Amino acid sequence: MQTVAWPSSYGDAAKPRVGFFTDTSVCIGCKACEVACKEYNQVPSSIEGFTGNSYDNTIDLGANTWRHVAFIEQRVPAGVLEGASLVQSAQRGEVIDGGVQTYQEGDGFRWLMASDVCKHCTHAACLDVCPTGALFRTEFGTVVVQEDVCNGCGYCVPACPFGVLDQREGDGRVWKCTLCYDRLKDDKEPACAQACPTNSIQFGELSELRERAEHRLGQLQQAGQPRAQLYLADDDDGIGGAGAFFLLLDEPEVYGLPPDPVDTRRDLKEIWAAAGVAAAALGATLLAAVFGGRG
Amino acid sequence: MNVTHHGMGDGASADSRAGAPAGTEIRTYHGQPVIKEPIWTWEIPCYFFTGGLAGASAGLAYMSSLRGNDVLARRAWATALASVAVSPALLTSDLGRPRRVMNMLRMFKVTSPMSVGSWLLSASGASTAIAAAHAWTGSFAGAARVARPAAALLGLPLSTYTAALVTNTAVPVWHGSRRLLPFVFASGAALSAGAAAVAVTPVRHARAARRLALVSAALELGCKELMERRLGDLGEPYKHAASFKFGRLGQALIAGGAGVLYGRGGRSRAAAAVAGAMLCAGALSARWSVFEAGFQSAADPKYVVGPQRDAIRRGERRGASRTEPHISAPQPAVGSPATAPAVVDEQREAAARPATPR
Repeated sequence: MQTVAWPSSYGDAAKPRVGFFTDTSVCIGCKACEVACKEYNQVPSSIEGFTGNSYDNTIDLGANTWRHVAFIEQRVPAGVLEGASLVQSAQRGEVIDGGVQTYQEGDGFRWLMASDVCKHCTHAACLDVCPTGALFRTEFGTVVVQEDVCNGCGYCVPACPFGVLDQREGDGRVWKCTLCYDRLKDDKEPACAQACPTNSIQFGELSELRERAEHRLGQLQQAGQPRAQLYLADDDDGIGGAGAFFLLLDEPEVYGLPPDPVDTRRDLKEIWAAAGVAAAALGATLLAAVFGGRG
Repeated sequence: MNVTHHGMGDGASADSRAGAPAGTEIRTYHGQPVIKEPIWTWEIPCYFFTGGLAGASAGLAYMSSLRGNDVLARRAWATALASVAVSPALLTSDLGRPRRVMNMLRMFKVTSPMSVGSWLLSASGASTAIAAAHAWTGSFAGAARVARPAAALLGLPLSTYTAALVTNTAVPVWHGSRRLLPFVFASGAALSAGAAAVAVTPVRHARAARRLALVSAALELGCKELMERRLGDLGEPYKHAASFKFGRLGQALIAGGAGVLYGRGGRSRAAAAVAGAMLCAGALSARWSVFEAGFQSAADPKYVVGPQRDAIRRGERRGASRTEPHISAPQPAVGSPATAPAVVDEQREAAARPATPR
C-alpha cells in the first residue's frame, strides 16, 4: 500500500492513505456522484447530447467528467446462472429469499451500473511522467494535479492505463479527480461519496475499505454471483493496487476498464537501456560513415 | 490475438454469450476506448524529425571537422543549429499553456523522458549554438573546445530519447515497440542528417554524408519493418489508415531518394539536392507513421483489452481482478455487518440477517 512518496516523504505530516471502495452491486445509476462532483469542484459542463449507450450520456472520464456512471444492459438466463447445478441454484434462491441480491437483477435481464473515477494508483504513471511536477502525491496518498503548475504538455494523457486524464478545451491544462483534496484537509469526505444514496461509493481509510470489500465479495460469491470480483484491490497487480478500487459483477472490460493495467514505469529500465544502446549505435554509424572511406 | 471485435452497440450480443466457454471474444463497453488518445498535434512528429536532425547533424559536424572536412562540418553545424533552434518553438506551440514552457525545467526526473529531453534539448541547443558560431565565425574559441564535443555527444541521446518518450506510455503499439523504436528513430536521425548535408554541401566534399545517408536509409527501412513485424497483432495500426499511408510514403521517398543519391548524387549537385530533400521527407513521413499509429492504437479498445485478456487466459498474468475473497477469519455469515457501515434501508437490514442455516 506504500507509494514512492507516501508516507515516507511526509514524515509526521503523513495522513492515513484514503480512497474509495465502489461497490457496483448496489449502484442504482442515479448519477448523484457526477452531479455532486461537478457542483462542488466547479467542473465545467460537458453536454454531449444523447449517445444511445443505455443511460450513459457522460461517455467517459475526462477533464470535465471526474465521475462517470457506466450503464450495461445484459441478458442473463433467469434462475440458473452460468452453468450452476440445480442444487446451487436452489441454494441461491434461498439466499435471495433471505434478502441478499443486487438491485440489478430480475426477469432474465440485468443492468450493471458502476461509477468510475480516477484510481489514485499506488504506482501512478501520470505522476511519474509529468515533467513539471504538477502531478504530485498528497499526504493522504492520493494523486492531484496542481493547476498553477501544469503547462498542458499532455504526457500524462496517454500514460494513464485507464484513460482518466484529459486536456480541458479552452484551458489547455489537464484536469482530473482530486479525491476532494480540500475537503480531506477539512476532515470531510469527498462530495461524490457523501452524495451517494446507496453507499455504493464508500470513502475511508484504504486498509479498512479493503477489509470491508473482502467481506462483501464473500457475501456475493455465496449469494450466487460467481463473476463478482474485486478489481484493483491488491498490491501485486500491475499498478500496485489502487486508492479507488471496485467490486464488479462482470469482467472489467465490460465496464470499460482494462483487465490488466500496468504502470509503464515497470519497463522504464528497459526503455532507457534501448534508447541508450540506440544512441551509441547512432554514434558508431556516424563514426563509420565519416571515417570509413575516402574523405 | 485472433479475435472478433464488438464495437458500438454490440455490447448486448457479446454479453449474451456470458456463460459460454472462455473464447476469444473481446468484450468492450459500448465500443468505447479504454485509454485516451494523445492530445499532441502536428508539432510533435515534426519535432521528432528536427530533434533527430539536430542531434545527428551535430555528431556529423564534429566528426567531419576531426577528419578535416571543414566544408561539410560547417554546413552540418548550420543544419544542427537551425533544427535545434526550431525545436523548442515547435514544442512550446504544442503546449496547452505555452507561457509556462519554463516549467519544463522546474525539476529533473528520470521517470519522465520528457523531463530528461527538456534538459537534453536545452544543453544541446546551447552547445550547438556555440559550436556553429565558432565554425562559421571563429568566435568563442575557448568555449567551443567544450561545446563542440558536448553538442556531438548530447546529440546522440537527443535523437533517441523521443522514442523512449512515446514508448513510456500505455499506448499498446508504442509501448510494445520499446526495444526497437529507438533504433528506428536513431536510423531516421542519421538518415536526415546525412540527407540534409548531401543537399547543401558541394558534391566533392559530401562523400561522408552520402555514405551516411545511404547506409542509414537501409537501416531505417529495415528497422521499421522489423519493429512492425515484432509487434505482431499489436502492430496492426501500421497496416491501416493514416499510419499506413505515411509509412508507405516514407518507404517510397526513402527508397527513391536513395536510388537518386546512389545513381547521380556523386556527380550532380542538383540530383544530390533532390535526393536529400526526398530522404528528409521520407524520414519525416516515417516518424509521422509512428505518431499516427499511436492514436489508432489508443482509439480502439481491442488493442488494449485483447492482449491483456489473452495474457490472463494464458496464465502469464493474473490481471487486476480476483473472485476469491481473502478472508482470514472463517467465511462470515451472509450479510456480515462489516459490509454495511451504514444500514440505510430495508434491503440492507434484511441482508444483515443470516440467510443460510448454520
